[in-house]
Amino acid sequence: MKWGVIVFPGSNCDHDCYHVLKHVLHQDTHFLWHKDTDLNSFDAVILPGGFSYGDYLRTGAMAKFSPMMQSVVAFAKKGGLVLGICNGFQILLESGLLPGAMLRNSSLKFICESVNLRVENSKNPFTQYYQKSEELSMPIAHREGNYFIDQEGLKKLKDNNQIIFRYVKNPNGSEDNIAGISNEKGNVLGLMPHPERASESLLGSQDGRRLFESAIHALESNR
Amino acid sequence: MIARVYITLKEGVLDPQGKTVQKSLHSIGFQDVSDVRVGKYIEVTLPDSLNKAEADKKLKQMCEKLLANTIIENYSFNIVAKT
Repeated sequence: MKWGVIVFPGSNCDHDCYHVLKHVLHQDTHFLWHKDTDLNSFDAVILPGGFSYGDYLRTGAMAKFSPMMQSVVAFAKKGGLVLGICNGFQILLESGLLPGAMLRNSSLKFICESVNLRVENSKNPFTQYYQKSEELSMPIAHREGNYFIDQEGLKKLKDNNQIIFRYVKNPNGSEDNIAGISNEKGNVLGLMPHPERASESLLGSQDGRRLFESAIHALESNR
Repeated sequence: MIARVYITLKEGVLDPQGKTVQKSLHSIGFQDVSDVRVGKYIEVTLPDSLNKAEADKKLKQMCEKLLANTIIENYSFNIVAKT
């Protein structure tokens, strides 16, 4: 499967994502510069973590206007798989591909630690190799991970099973312990924890690896 | 002309930064402060040749598209002559 990892000025988890897909999972993986626009031959794209455009104004606020993001929006609308991790999740929110917004952590601190997540929906293309209610360990590293959505929006997320991951213990004040959500169709996933930093036993956890394997499986079965 | 743009968190959106500032104000003796909300102030310089209606329209678009995230933030602006 052909994967693209988008590189914005200030991305810093792009190489981690590339490494896991290319060297651990042996996928045809390419970096895509934010000024590129061509996604025609790609099966899936990742918006990696980091501080795109210096997180100026608001996290993800500038990235949504990059040429590549216009292509990502069109790609997502056609059903392509889009994964936003950490800053990538924030960009998906600012772009309107996912509902809600990020606020600063309730502690006001940048939190860098391993957290436990619960899988709330194992029928998403990115989660089918997990069990529902299974607990996973993955690192988080962010200051703006306090997910906000109004009550009406929250009800929609719940009714459509769009809440994919919840924190077991809320680290950042996030509404309803939300750690990751999908769009209504399920092909766009955003999460604050870093599965790419938890895909090899050497790094302490392999719990993130099945997220990528699930997506590869989903793409292969769609062929 | 200069537009003064004010971005504030909507009512009902928690502002941990404001709460922390409020606590600090209490601790230095300003006990009667009942709430603090922290926002952003942005100055945008536009050509003086624009009329008020054109400038208002442009600024509204700037706020809606980029300067504010209207899910969590309100915006307001006023236009003053460049000094």
